[in-house]
Amino acid sequence: MTGAFRTTTGGRIDRARPLSFRFDGRAFTGCAGDTLASALLANGVHLAGRSFKYHRPRGILAAGAEEPNALVGIDRGPGRYAPNLRATQVEIHDGLVAESQNRTPSLRFDIAALADFAAPLIPAGFYYKTFMQPAGWWAKLYEPRIRAAAGLGRAPRGADPDRYTQRYAHCETLVVGAGPAGIAAARAAAARGDRVILCDEQAEPGGSLLAETRARIDGLCAQDWLAAALAELAAEPRVTILPRTTAFGYFAQNFVALAERVTDHLAVPDPNLPRERLWQVRAREVVLATGAIERPLVFPENDRPGIMLADSARTYLARYGVKPGCRALVLAAHDDAYGAALDLAAAGMEIALIVDPRPAADGELPRRAMAAGLPVRMSATVVGTRGRLRVHEAHVGTIGADGGVRGVDVVSCDTLLMSGGWTPSVHLHSQARGKLAFRADLQAFVPGATPQACRSVGACAGEFGLQAALGPATRVEDDPVREGGFAGALPHDRPRARAFVDFQNDVTAKDLTLALREGFRSIEHVKRYTTNGMATDQGKTSNINALAIVAAASGRAIPEVGLTSFRQPYTPVTFGAFAGTSRGELFDPVRTTPIHGWAVAQGAIFEDVGQWKRAHHFPRPGEDMHAAVRRECAAVRARAGIFDASTLGKIEVVGRDAAEFLERLYVNSWKKLEPGRCRYGILLNEAGFVIDDGVIGRLAPDRFHVTTTTGGAARVLSMMEDYVQTEWPDLQIWLTSTTEQWAVIAVQGPKAREILAPLTEGIDLSRDAFAHMAVREGRVAGVPARLFRVSFTGELGFEVNVPAGQGRAVWEAIWEQARRHDAVAYGTETMHVLRAEKGYIIVGQETDGTVVPDDLGLGWAIGKGKRDFVGKRSLSRPDIAAPGRKQLVGLLSADPGHVLDEGAQIVAMRDPPPGTPALGHVTSSYWSATLGRSIALALVADGRARHGQTLFAPMPGGAVPVAVTGPVFHDPEGRSLDG
Amino acid sequence: MTRYSLWSLLREGLTGHRGWPKAWRDPAPRPSYDVVIVGGGGHGLATAFYLARNHGIRNVAVLERGWIGQGNSGRNTTVIRSNYFFPESAAFYEFALRLYETSARELNFNTMVSQRGLITLSHSRHDLEGARRWVNAMHLNGIDSEMLTTADIARMVPDLDCSPGARHPIHGGFMQRRGGIARHDAVVWGYARAADALGVDIIQNCEVTGFVFDGPRAAGVQTSRGTIMAGRIGLAAAGHQSVLAGMAGFRLPLTTYALQAFVSEPLKPWLDKVVISPATGVYASQSDKGEIVLGGALDLYPSYAQRGNLPVAEHVMSGFLELFPSMARVRFLRQWAGMTDVVHDSSPIIGAAPVEGIWLNCGWGTGGFKAIPAGGWTFAHTIANQAPHPLVEGFGLDRFARGALIDEAAASGIAH
Repeated sequence: MTGAFRTTTGGRIDRARPLSFRFDGRAFTGCAGDTLASALLANGVHLAGRSFKYHRPRGILAAGAEEPNALVGIDRGPGRYAPNLRATQVEIHDGLVAESQNRTPSLRFDIAALADFAAPLIPAGFYYKTFMQPAGWWAKLYEPRIRAAAGLGRAPRGADPDRYTQRYAHCETLVVGAGPAGIAAARAAAARGDRVILCDEQAEPGGSLLAETRARIDGLCAQDWLAAALAELAAEPRVTILPRTTAFGYFAQNFVALAERVTDHLAVPDPNLPRERLWQVRAREVVLATGAIERPLVFPENDRPGIMLADSARTYLARYGVKPGCRALVLAAHDDAYGAALDLAAAGMEIALIVDPRPAADGELPRRAMAAGLPVRMSATVVGTRGRLRVHEAHVGTIGADGGVRGVDVVSCDTLLMSGGWTPSVHLHSQARGKLAFRADLQAFVPGATPQACRSVGACAGEFGLQAALGPATRVEDDPVREGGFAGALPHDRPRARAFVDFQNDVTAKDLTLALREGFRSIEHVKRYTTNGMATDQGKTSNINALAIVAAASGRAIPEVGLTSFRQPYTPVTFGAFAGTSRGELFDPVRTTPIHGWAVAQGAIFEDVGQWKRAHHFPRPGEDMHAAVRRECAAVRARAGIFDASTLGKIEVVGRDAAEFLERLYVNSWKKLEPGRCRYGILLNEAGFVIDDGVIGRLAPDRFHVTTTTGGAARVLSMMEDYVQTEWPDLQIWLTSTTEQWAVIAVQGPKAREILAPLTEGIDLSRDAFAHMAVREGRVAGVPARLFRVSFTGELGFEVNVPAGQGRAVWEAIWEQARRHDAVAYGTETMHVLRAEKGYIIVGQETDGTVVPDDLGLGWAIGKGKRDFVGKRSLSRPDIAAPGRKQLVGLLSADPGHVLDEGAQIVAMRDPPPGTPALGHVTSSYWSATLGRSIALALVADGRARHGQTLFAPMPGGAVPVAVTGPVFHDPEGRSLDG
Repeated sequence: MTRYSLWSLLREGLTGHRGWPKAWRDPAPRPSYDVVIVGGGGHGLATAFYLARNHGIRNVAVLERGWIGQGNSGRNTTVIRSNYFFPESAAFYEFALRLYETSARELNFNTMVSQRGLITLSHSRHDLEGARRWVNAMHLNGIDSEMLTTADIARMVPDLDCSPGARHPIHGGFMQRRGGIARHDAVVWGYARAADALGVDIIQNCEVTGFVFDGPRAAGVQTSRGTIMAGRIGLAAAGHQSVLAGMAGFRLPLTTYALQAFVSEPLKPWLDKVVISPATGVYASQSDKGEIVLGGALDLYPSYAQRGNLPVAEHVMSGFLELFPSMARVRFLRQWAGMTDVVHDSSPIIGAAPVEGIWLNCGWGTGGFKAIPAGGWTFAHTIANQAPHPLVEGFGLDRFARGALIDEAAASGIAH
């Protein structure tokens, strides 16, 4: 037995496959094919949740994605806790563990439900009006309490071990929703030969057909017809059917995102399967067949467990073989509720009374209900209910001709079913930026014109009934027209009672009218003030009722009030699905140089520079970083060191106008640079500020080898492309990123020439033949190479560029030679120290986007007499030449052993009062092994005029006095450059 | 104006809340005003309030195309902070934060300012050095800030992945304890109600379609509800400011981009700080309702369309999971986009427009919300005195011609 309320036959569940599951620690049995909601109802459990604000006991309201009340957490072990799932969408499997939320200590007894007693004092927006006195209590008392009371499910703990993936797909026709209209559209598209994707949020395709009990289609019962239609579609190789897949986002150019839940329904998931897949589908045409959502009715105390949507109750019976109770009162503002009553009565439920607020109902289903002897009262409504954890009686009153309600009869019932008609699911149409039109007969919005290749069919287009969904070619019998529909609040005679509109957020009809009274007229204001429609169901059952209440209360028509906007996602989607495989190293790729493996083998310590891993230093056994860096620095200055500079950005600039292009882009002069020579280039942005630098070599009249900073490689290439394509399309040049094509090995130090000489062919390395700032092509270690004679250390230096594939071999060959001269491999820290000793800047360290060349003492680099270059005009602005600019200086702390903090501010006073603007800040600071003391570079206001002054770096432990010097600490004459 | 208090709430509770007056009136526009503010967002409404309160200028209208707070004021991630680098910005945003701290009592509207602390993570040694420079600058500027070790951060944000094996491992960070969040709608409504009580007309559904000129001087605006003359016109239309400027015949150095934000389904208290992670491009906080609020970087292309796209959503959420790998099963509930008006030095523009009679408040980029009280205060001063408030002297339009840019993004490595 899988529950006392399970029928003996019927439905799509498998009674032969009982499944055990737990809810709040209690063991239950359900059937294969059950949702958690249907399995709980089969066991007589309606109480499934607590509301957000008042913690009112709530039951299962619906049978699908619109469920606002029955939210649960599902625990599948460490890292696998999922909060806030709708019980109506959770498929049970053997061993499922579910728990209710937002209650302490238990669902039946929740201490926070005390809030319900305070309800008269805490209507919509009450928190804007109070908690302001006394000062300080908000932060210490009120807010923490509010936060603790808010929230629904608990956050998972521990990393989620499951995988999430993404798929990209193109098709001619994407059909969203596999109900009758969607299946008809998919069949038509398949017949045309389209590639078709048919997705549906439910566990099995079929939509309303899965619970259709009356109609016959082409002579078959609905389920048989469905099985045949699906089999036909499944046999089409160009058709993909995706169950458990929600189309949740509709973007520009018919781009639709789908979330497929792959393994949640399995007791033992295949470890090779991802938990979810995010599909990104580009479709020629999108057919929306998303159906409609039944509308609750707003009447006093309409929120007790046992009060359900009528057609949802019928679905539980027809699809899951579950009777929602023993004795039902049906509040029917739409004919479909009569159909529900008929089906439930046929299954043996007692229909205590059908209450219809309409004066008359002469549709086919009401007539059948009356003919079947079901008791019906027209022009009546429910004005109250009783029952704390389950409804046990309803109070029925008569609506008079004046709209007032009189006379109350008490009807006992354990289930109250309601239907206010249907709201077409226009969410995706609206996300596609389609217009909406209001249909008074349905009391609902239906799709209007759309700017995208998208159409809505079936119930979501306001076309109800199987015949409309399936089209004239399909013969449908017993598909009576159903009429009715009501939006807004039903009349009642109980001024103090609460009639709920948004069940999850506890928004009542009175809250909505209060918002209007307080001047919140726009529906968006009403929504934000009352939080109506802001719950996890995003207003699926509440928006139209709220709109109608607002319209009625403010004397406007519903279309005049307008809708709040529909946004993605249609239903919530996991963060995991969005991230997909973009985690860890696939979130942000790790880039390594061709020499990386060698450095790893040598025990180098690495640092992250953007995406690159760079060797920071090469410690020997027993050395800490400082010791290693001192040793590396000393070795380079005394003998030589080799350094992996492969991360430098490299761009090949080629073409007739290559020199002209660089002339316009960089501050320097390029036209007169001879082939075989290099120059240090500086790049500004339009505002005149330094954004990149690097050595540029001219290999031929029409060919330049441009280097950029490591971090600037992509940015500089983009900027170059931008200028070529938009500003100077007349220039004949081609740009190619060659960063990853060249391995770059810097050989620096007095022994550099001797190290390279035995390996070099075709290049005369002698001082006279190969001067500083020259470039030559030849072979190094047998490999074609571009050899630059450049120095970022102040020592004699070469940079060997070889094809990346041979970088490691050439490095090892150079290393072999280097070892003979007792040279070292050095890392980025030593590189930083050596260049700082020489006052060479690093863009991004000595510059911060507010620095012009002259601030750095690099005004000399600007080509004299150049007509223009990027940023030139900005350099002529008055404030760029005004006194007070921060200029690059050297700083020597009074205590030579004190290494200043990088980022320390520089001020003129030892104890500056708060608010004193800094004169500047320390940009680089190191221990210099060469000088045997600390050194620092800084940007200081009017710095060049302050040489010799003492300034202060205020630190938490007291101000550190520093002397201002020039930025070049070592070998200012540059004697070492020639070795 | 009925004062809001626990007592008024109790009193009204006994009578079914029938006595609450409108939070603000719904007046028809009059033919002319001393000052017309275009844009009923936080900045426009705060400006109107301070014009009335600080300067006694009460014949003021705020014109809003749709409903007040429809633009960025209702579409942000509600972060407030003053952790700025340059003295000009630090002084300005600190003033804003101080006004926020007293805003609830000042406006008699609970703006739900929650100073829960804002942590900026450092994901590399270089980041850490930048953070130190930043903290030092804040100390000099007299603003609270403190460096944090990775252990400190792990203690304060237990589910943050502080392991050294993370793709962007956390090397430390710094915190402004007074930073936090506020309730964005409450800020809009609080200023609207307080301004209305001082006589300001808040006119919604009133779109400005052009300007009326008296010689070279702008003397009024044409609107969907008729012509409205104005002694002075203040433009505070955020992402659409450049469109208004175009109507008035001048250009602004603004580029408009969409900035997207995302919220999760509500969770019980989980994240007690605002966490900003420059390396993953994500920041996160938890609202008082329990939703996790995520933001990221701007969209890559200029646009005036208030809509999102999938790639940015994917990037933000994967960055979020890099920080919080336990959150993969939590679900994202809602997404929105605001239109940010970005200036290339990422500092705002407050001051005179090139057209006489028009004053500008714009260029807030992604950081307009946190600036609202100070933006309103200083803009009101600037309009009232026809001269910039001392706090915004550096933020005039002329700085682009002079070259006196205040480049916070460049200095701090993070956009506003």
